[in-house]
Amino acid sequence: MTNFLTLTRMRLQLTLRNRMFLFFSVIMPFAFFFLYAGVFAKGNPRGVRYLLGPIIALTVMGSFWGLSAALVMFREQGILRRFHVTPVTASDMLASSIVANFILTLPTIIVELLFARFIFHVKDFGDVSTSFVLIALGTMSFASLGLVVASVTNTMQETQVINQLIWLPLIFLSGATIPLADLPQVVQRVGLFLPATYLVTELQDAIYWSAALWNRDVLIALASLALWACLTFFLSAQLFRWEPESKIPRRAKLLVAATALPFVLLGIWENNSSRTVAKAKAMAESVNAPAAPNDPPKQAP
Amino acid sequence: MSNSILQVENLVKHYGNVEAVRGVSFTVEEGEVFGLLGPNGAGKTSTVEILEGLRAPDSGRVSVCGLDPQRSPEKLKHEIGAALQSTSLPDKLRVMEALKLFSSFYKRHRDPEELLKRFGLVEKRNAFYKELSGGQKQRLALAMALVNDPQVLFFDEPTSGLDPQVRREIYDIVEELKREKKTIVMTTHYIEEAERLCDRVAIIDHGQVIALGSPRELKERSGDKTRVEVRLTRPELPEQLKNLDGVTDCRELNGTYILHAQRPPQAIVSLVKHLEAQGNELLGLEILTPSLEDVFIELTGRRLRD
Repeated sequence: MTNFLTLTRMRLQLTLRNRMFLFFSVIMPFAFFFLYAGVFAKGNPRGVRYLLGPIIALTVMGSFWGLSAALVMFREQGILRRFHVTPVTASDMLASSIVANFILTLPTIIVELLFARFIFHVKDFGDVSTSFVLIALGTMSFASLGLVVASVTNTMQETQVINQLIWLPLIFLSGATIPLADLPQVVQRVGLFLPATYLVTELQDAIYWSAALWNRDVLIALASLALWACLTFFLSAQLFRWEPESKIPRRAKLLVAATALPFVLLGIWENNSSRTVAKAKAMAESVNAPAAPNDPPKQAP
Repeated sequence: MSNSILQVENLVKHYGNVEAVRGVSFTVEEGEVFGLLGPNGAGKTSTVEILEGLRAPDSGRVSVCGLDPQRSPEKLKHEIGAALQSTSLPDKLRVMEALKLFSSFYKRHRDPEELLKRFGLVEKRNAFYKELSGGQKQRLALAMALVNDPQVLFFDEPTSGLDPQVRREIYDIVEELKREKKTIVMTTHYIEEAERLCDRVAIIDHGQVIALGSPRELKERSGDKTRVEVRLTRPELPEQLKNLDGVTDCRELNGTYILHAQRPPQAIVSLVKHLEAQGNELLGLEILTPSLEDVFIELTGRRLRD
């Protein structure tokens, strides 16, 4: 346990000394925030509140990017080798990455909420406890995705390519950039297989429609994210490689596919029920309906 | 098996079709500095990494501090310290932070302040790892190997790639550890390093131990390679010198007579007697004892760094 704590502290120290971190974890999310709040929502408090879901989801999902890169770099440079001759375990190493990342993501989100409150006058943030649990579980599960990417790629270049391939669908097909309701039906159907879609929609549900923690959709999203996080964490611990020259066994690629299971099942179910898409549409219609800027949003019947 | 602190029996390790280690056996006693000497790719690092528990052997028996590195890796790691080859630390980790961090992983600790002093890193305590010179990085690596006050130390090519002055600094550090009776297993492809630092040396080539003993023993085994080089006032026939007692071979090169001697003292006595009888005189005499390099050449027909 103490190994995990001291490693977490080291990761925090190192990340705060890294200028790239400043760019990706501070400047980029805030740039997105002002683009969404100022341009897309035109500064309207109700619109800003509606878009906080996608804004926070982007910040949360960004986790996997830095995490995979840091771990692969550690391996490539032989840093992990050095830890391997100490009593530190793969789980210590991975869990410290996830927790450090969570601790570093939280302040960015808090500042985003403060901006929304004091610059854009959003007075109500819906159900904060639901949002917090979604943010916590989301950050950890997307961080675990980063760990899997790190465990199946051998070089930094490979990692960056895979990250791009994952990142683009996550942000464009999930409602994080273009609202789910505005996407063509085919794209919506594909989007329903992505964890990002549920994170965006349920965050929106929590902040905009004040969905409670025990709301059925919230619980389904949380359960799927939790299951996915467990699978990806377990797999990345199994595939963890300390040595730069050790290669991934072929069976590993099959196992990686297995981690997609929770969202494949949820995707099939959602494609039949269309609940999430219907909810996204109802929220989009409600935000566009004429009302005073800080009126409570109109709920679906 | 004996009570040696480290025991290796018939160790075998393959990488695909390559047999890196082919039946290596040796023991290391407590307080001994044991060297694995051999060219690059001889299987030294693979052997050491198996002992450290970083790699699994294909077959063979290994015991370090009474533990099997594969069965009790966690326990073993508390008992050993290592300075690995081709390793690194995060660029922006400070020297003192690195020592404290690594010391936090162990049950036993040594005072990081004392290690800083001892390894001449006091002034660098707040420096980032990336700001250190090659020698400073290596000194930090050795200091980090000691954070848990280990029973056995593994130094894999500790002076590789360092300039001669820094290399001598590292030798001083190892000699000091030797005086403290630390058990050290080190790999090297530098002859002088093995001769100067190691109590015993295993010469490894193509994954096998081809000779094992103290540097002196190994050289004595190669006794007929001792050369006596003499210059004389008047020329002699090499054939005549070759027949002298204790001399096995003689040839002449630019006025210098190179005598190969199995028993150098006898060879010199008989040479002096012969010269007196001939009314000849010695202008110069030099005795060249064989180095481990000669031993290696004799055993393998190659130079160590070919």
